[in-house]
Amino acid sequence: MEFKDYYTTLDIKKDATQDEVKRAYRKLARKYHPDVNKAADAEQRFKEVGEAYEVLQDTEKRAAYDKFGSNWQSGQDFKPPPDWDNGFEFQGGGYTEADSSQFSDFFESLFGRQSEFSHQDPSQGRQAPFYGKGQDLHAKISISLEDSYNGSKQTLTLQRPTVDASGHVRTTPHSLHVTIPKGVIEGQRIRLEGQGAAGSHDGANGDLYLEVTITEHAHFSVDKRDIHLTLPISPWEAALGATVPVPTLGGTVELKIPAGSQTGKKMRLKGRGIASRTMSGDQFVTIAITVPTPENDEQRELYRKMKETMLFNPRTTLGMSS
Amino acid sequence: MKIDIQCTVFDESSTYRLRDLCRLCSVRAQFVQDLIDEGILSPKGKHPGDWRFGAVEIKRLQISIRLQQDLRINLPGTALALDLLEEIEELRQKKLQLEKIYALEK
Repeated sequence: MEFKDYYTTLDIKKDATQDEVKRAYRKLARKYHPDVNKAADAEQRFKEVGEAYEVLQDTEKRAAYDKFGSNWQSGQDFKPPPDWDNGFEFQGGGYTEADSSQFSDFFESLFGRQSEFSHQDPSQGRQAPFYGKGQDLHAKISISLEDSYNGSKQTLTLQRPTVDASGHVRTTPHSLHVTIPKGVIEGQRIRLEGQGAAGSHDGANGDLYLEVTITEHAHFSVDKRDIHLTLPISPWEAALGATVPVPTLGGTVELKIPAGSQTGKKMRLKGRGIASRTMSGDQFVTIAITVPTPENDEQRELYRKMKETMLFNPRTTLGMSS
Repeated sequence: MKIDIQCTVFDESSTYRLRDLCRLCSVRAQFVQDLIDEGILSPKGKHPGDWRFGAVEIKRLQISIRLQQDLRINLPGTALALDLLEEIEELRQKKLQLEKIYALEK
């Protein structure tokens, strides 16, 4: 087990006042709250900050932690001495509303576990404690845009709190094979019934919610069910019109570019977006004219000829005469 | 242990009644009413019996519960945070799209 330096976690000095502890915690809790912060490690940081606060906000627990904590470095292998909490009384009291089942083994070895249903505030609107339904768990799942279009099978490993025979809550890794249907889009959620935390007193298991994130694609960007693609075309394709191949998630299709098209022109490929059983989307293609760099005298001559023949001033809208 | 699990997707086409919502999120009807009064949830239908909630409302409800419990944000604050989070998400998507176009032009 690794020693955890709770002062470093909250970024405060060892002699910080209780007010400073509170302020540091509140600031970091807002910063790392997983609903607010999209970074991958936000949830982990949020839990660490909560655990540090659980200890440091309580003067008894803090005093006990300080008593031996000064000799240890963060990450160092650690085992608490058997009589380390002599003279302190904090078992079963002074806990915050944080979910202690998410705390580390380090915390548990020092302070034990909070009784599961204590400190539930009825005004918060959660009914779970009354019939002992297990807690709902939330996790994120990243899938590729191709998986979103086609559907996929995913394996995920979650840390799941379970209650062992002696009534202790432990987190155990848990592998799930999930079939994700086609047409799941960014921000949507998937509910896996009964895959949350175990219930107590014969209560049902909680549910597991997976929030879907679509990983960034090399060419396509996605807006809900619609796919956006910027399609490079040559100046002569834009000027004269052409039929060009366009990649879509369902394979290459032919797109007719009308003569006289400009950069920024948007065209729609109907029904080529992300479709579920009941909904469908489109693919939008935005044209970007790509100008070739002349590489020899013959090509440079071609540009000079255009200059003389076209007599083109692209800046008339700016009031420039040339 | 490996189990094959089918799942329910909350997509734009699915709707939920008040009692489904309360059961799914383990909340009381009064709590849902409070969120409606604050404009956090806007179900279709005039009376509680006719209310239909969309998938996005389940998400808003669950985020509301977490923000209130974890950060002690009150209802108006929760409503503001949810609106701002949605706006940030839209801006993030727009930025990604623009970056793709810009990368092409470079």
